[in-house]
Amino acid sequence: MTPAVAFQKTSRHFGAVRAVDAVDLEIKPGEFFAMLGPSGSGKTTCLRLIAGFEQPTAGSISIFGERAEGVPPYRRNVNTVFQDYALFPHLNVLDNVAYGLMVKGVSRDERHRAAEDALKLVQLPGYGGRKPGQLSGGQRQRVALARALVNKPKVLLLDEPLGALDLKLRESMQEELKQLQKALGITFVFVTHDQGEALSMADRVAVFNDGRIMQVGAPEDIYQRPASRFVADFVGSSNVLPPDFVQRYAGERRWGSLRPEQIRIRRDTSGDGVAARVVSRHYLGAATKLSLDADGLRLHATVPSGAAIPEDGAHVMLTFNRDQLHLMEEQA
Amino acid sequence: MSVQAVSGASDVAAAILPRRGGFAGALSDLLWRKPGLLLFLMLAPPLLWLGVVYIGSLIALLAQSFFSIDEFSGLISRELTLKTYGDLFQPANLDIIVRTVTMAALVTLASAVVAFPIAYYAARYARGKWKALFYLGVMLPLWSSYLVKVYAWKLILAKEGILTWVFAKLHLSWLLDGWLSLPVVGGNSLSVSFTGTFIVFVYVWLPFMILPIQAALERVPGNLVEASSDLGASPGQTFRNVLFPLALPGIVAGSIFTFSLTLGDYIIPQIIGTSRLFIGQAVYAQQGTAGNIPLAAAFTVVPIVIMGFYLWGAKRMGAFNAL
Repeated sequence: MTPAVAFQKTSRHFGAVRAVDAVDLEIKPGEFFAMLGPSGSGKTTCLRLIAGFEQPTAGSISIFGERAEGVPPYRRNVNTVFQDYALFPHLNVLDNVAYGLMVKGVSRDERHRAAEDALKLVQLPGYGGRKPGQLSGGQRQRVALARALVNKPKVLLLDEPLGALDLKLRESMQEELKQLQKALGITFVFVTHDQGEALSMADRVAVFNDGRIMQVGAPEDIYQRPASRFVADFVGSSNVLPPDFVQRYAGERRWGSLRPEQIRIRRDTSGDGVAARVVSRHYLGAATKLSLDADGLRLHATVPSGAAIPEDGAHVMLTFNRDQLHLMEEQA
Repeated sequence: MSVQAVSGASDVAAAILPRRGGFAGALSDLLWRKPGLLLFLMLAPPLLWLGVVYIGSLIALLAQSFFSIDEFSGLISRELTLKTYGDLFQPANLDIIVRTVTMAALVTLASAVVAFPIAYYAARYARGKWKALFYLGVMLPLWSSYLVKVYAWKLILAKEGILTWVFAKLHLSWLLDGWLSLPVVGGNSLSVSFTGTFIVFVYVWLPFMILPIQAALERVPGNLVEASSDLGASPGQTFRNVLFPLALPGIVAGSIFTFSLTLGDYIIPQIIGTSRLFIGQAVYAQQGTAGNIPLAAAFTVVPIVIMGFYLWGAKRMGAFNAL
């Protein structure tokens, strides 16, 4: 099957800055794909390369098998939902949504009908007459989505689309986006720096750092089997264990990761285990997260609510199941 | 140690600080409690100035335009009449109005066309020292005397001037001569033609067009241009549908300057151009040598009325929708 988007050794350098550096990537048709990484990791530049706002300095990009280098954005059947929505302030909502059809020469009646349908799709029917300035952040976000979807793009690009929304709205929009993507079957490429968002929404996630892809995989793979120290550090709340520690407790001199919920805590300090001291406690509702100091190594463990929780400064023993210790490389 | 120092200080400080001494302290407190009083004190002097000196003189002018002049005695009759306005429609005077309005419209159009790319560059691409250079380049001509610049242009445009020389060196003298042989826009040399007047008007008023357009474009987020392109608009469509409408308030603001400044100017056409008059020159001549203050006043009302209609039309066309 032809990939929806394919990068082959694609680079985008700005002078000495390697924003995107020899990236190989294939995004499948109909996939919800997330690009995850800290700011400056190259994920947004990758998105802009697909949209056509940036051109690769080396390598190639294909969209559904067609080479896209040198093709301007307006000739790509790809649409973008911008981070701050980029709605046209001088046009009302209906004309904003109908803009893509207008520039393609679709008649006024037809494009307004299509725009109305798109507004219904994003649950804003009847908002066509308003100006973007009269809408709330969440509503603007939906208009931006409708404006992109009305063109029936082959690939929809979303650049941190939920970043400006408050937590509750963000959660409901995540749900809605996911359902919309399933219903429409359009390939979604979603850029975010929020690992929770990437893991909960995407079919596959690419983790970026320093212009390179560190790991590509299903959310469970990324979360449970991080390929490198960076991925474990960035994606999870996992404890990253240095080689010395891993050698002492698991016999192999490699980096390891261990999830907080896999650490068990015993008040009785005799017997086997890792001796540690409780530094602080953070109540999270369903569980309490403990910060622990194990001979200079900072570890996190979660204790479910209801279980006995040691007080600050208490000396405890930590144990874990050796199978659950995931071994990985320092670099990808 | 530092905690000690901080708590030591707070022993001395009260929760409410004592009033600062003297008249200034009392005044500060009073103005803080009555912000309306502060606003009144700040606005009253400029409003008085504007009201009495500016609006007052405008009303005096308007009133004068309804007086008339006695043709025999040359004395002003202070009876309200529309006779002076009727005089405006005499062919000679109407010619002056049509000539001035046409020139102002062409100067405005040309200024907008020249200014837009410069303003676009400055707003979109110029950063740091290039931006400083842009402001310097645009403002520098405004710092030197307007009269000096106009005389400089007289030399540039003269028959023996550098422009004639450049055309000759480029073997384009035929083009210049051909243009100068045209009726209306032509003449003996550029410096005594309407073309020369036009060139100098555009040069002198250009900064007043560039700066508002640049300010308007500066407020257009760059991602709107990207969004338009992303949605399938070619660069031309993006210009027509996004950039131009959003820059329009700036263009209108700039055109108010170029249009009204051209309508009222009497020095440039005096120094560069033909002997045919523009409104500014007519006002100058009527209130000076001719002593016909009512007609001068009526001439002055013309640009005011035209600008009123212009703004009304611009508003109706939605020029300010993006504000």
